[in-house]
Amino acid sequence: MSAARTSTTTSLAEVPSAAAMRWNRKDLLGLRELSADEINFILETTDAFKQVGTREIKKVPALRGKTLVNFFIEPSTRTRTSFELAAFRLSADVINISVSTSSLTKGETLKDTARNLEALHADILVLRHSSAGAPQFLAQRLKASVINAGDGAHEHPTQALLDLYTIREKRGKIPGLHVVIVGDILFSRVARSNIFGLTKLGARVTLVGPSTLVPREFEKLGVAISHNIDNVLPSADVVNLLRIQHERQRKEYFPGIGEYTQLFGLTKERAKLLKPDCLIMHPGPINRGVEIDSEVADGLQSVILDQVTNGLAVRMAVLYLCGGIATP
Amino acid sequence: MKQTKQSSPGRLPIMDAGAVHRALRRIAHEIVERDPDLRSIVLVGIPSRGVEIARRIAEFIGASEKIDIDTGIVDVAMHRDDVGQRPELPVVRASKLPLPLEGRTLIIVDDVLFTGRTVRAAMDAISSFGRPARIQLAALIDRGHRELPIRADYVGKNLPTASREQIQVRLENIDHELDAVWLLKPEEK
Repeated sequence: MSAARTSTTTSLAEVPSAAAMRWNRKDLLGLRELSADEINFILETTDAFKQVGTREIKKVPALRGKTLVNFFIEPSTRTRTSFELAAFRLSADVINISVSTSSLTKGETLKDTARNLEALHADILVLRHSSAGAPQFLAQRLKASVINAGDGAHEHPTQALLDLYTIREKRGKIPGLHVVIVGDILFSRVARSNIFGLTKLGARVTLVGPSTLVPREFEKLGVAISHNIDNVLPSADVVNLLRIQHERQRKEYFPGIGEYTQLFGLTKERAKLLKPDCLIMHPGPINRGVEIDSEVADGLQSVILDQVTNGLAVRMAVLYLCGGIATP
Repeated sequence: MKQTKQSSPGRLPIMDAGAVHRALRRIAHEIVERDPDLRSIVLVGIPSRGVEIARRIAEFIGASEKIDIDTGIVDVAMHRDDVGQRPELPVVRASKLPLPLEGRTLIIVDDVLFTGRTVRAAMDAISSFGRPARIQLAALIDRGHRELPIRADYVGKNLPTASREQIQVRLENIDHELDAVWLLKPEEK
């Protein structure tokens, strides 16, 4: 034991000075409305919560007595599970409501459902909805904190935050990095939130995909656009491959799976174009052999599983910040 | 370095740099006297001034006993019992403790001991990392007004205060002004 003691002696020089930022939002609706300081503050808070996962007892009492409702009006296992585990680790109580068990099928409006949840004294509402703007609608009407877990093709802020956190963790910084996002940008809330977050923190972003899925309008957001992945990969510091969403694809947008893989998939051969320290990311679930080859997804440059681990810590930080402030 | 701020009717000097130095050196001696197994000791600071005070006490012990004392940081923000009741949240930081804690003597170090709620949160946080042999408490100032059954094992200065008064501790490495302790009186209305 004595050897372990000396090797783990902690350094006091790394204590950060008290952050000047003050968090005062009860909701997290998207990254578009956040400042760079606020985003960095969430990432710094995440450092502390990530460390909780390494403790013998992986649970803190920060949200003890709070009730969190996971309200998912669109199927999602991993995001819901990540929020659920994050809430457990903060000692909150959790109820899960998915579309099949909700009354929405019986004609209840979103507002009525949410008001009912609030009558049960839910403190935090985590909402996944197929309509863009649903979280904003509820956040304005409810006293509870509203966390957007994905609304239509609008935003998925916690996914982008975990991507930012993973990049910062692996590369040490974000400003100046070249981040390439590949795939179905048009329908992707993950891409949109990532674009807002990355550009605010000073990364250079290039979107890659077929012109039907990566329209020119995106240039207004301060990003570059390319339809040729092979030209872009050699200068990339991060490649973020979006899932091809079979369930959303319609023929007029999409060339067909085989053709997509041939033109935009990160195959083993194509991965050789990458710099050795380029990170490969994917929000999951992976379509192996479609947007990414199995060997690449499981390779040394892949940080896909780190993203999952970091997602939990990011969600703990977000729940703590939004759910922990005193509500008027 | 900035000039030491002058005292005023509302700001009374309690300790100067020399007094802070002597108090921490005395605490270091008391720790050595009371704990024969110095290797088992971990000085665990509560951010941010407790961390600096822990570092200084470790330095004093190191200088007199020729031994490196382990230090650590314990974050209390996520273990507090008033989340949701305060208009602004305390900044959370990662804790850093030399693991495993089993068999060790942890000495929690803070600048001011007041209600005891921070110390309770620190003990709670520490217990999620493991089960130390014992936990002790050192504070530069004990100002009274405890709300929990907690007392300090090592105290730099006992200072009876009114609960509306404030204690301001200034440490060179953190506040960029000379070490000092001040008593702030509330403004008369």
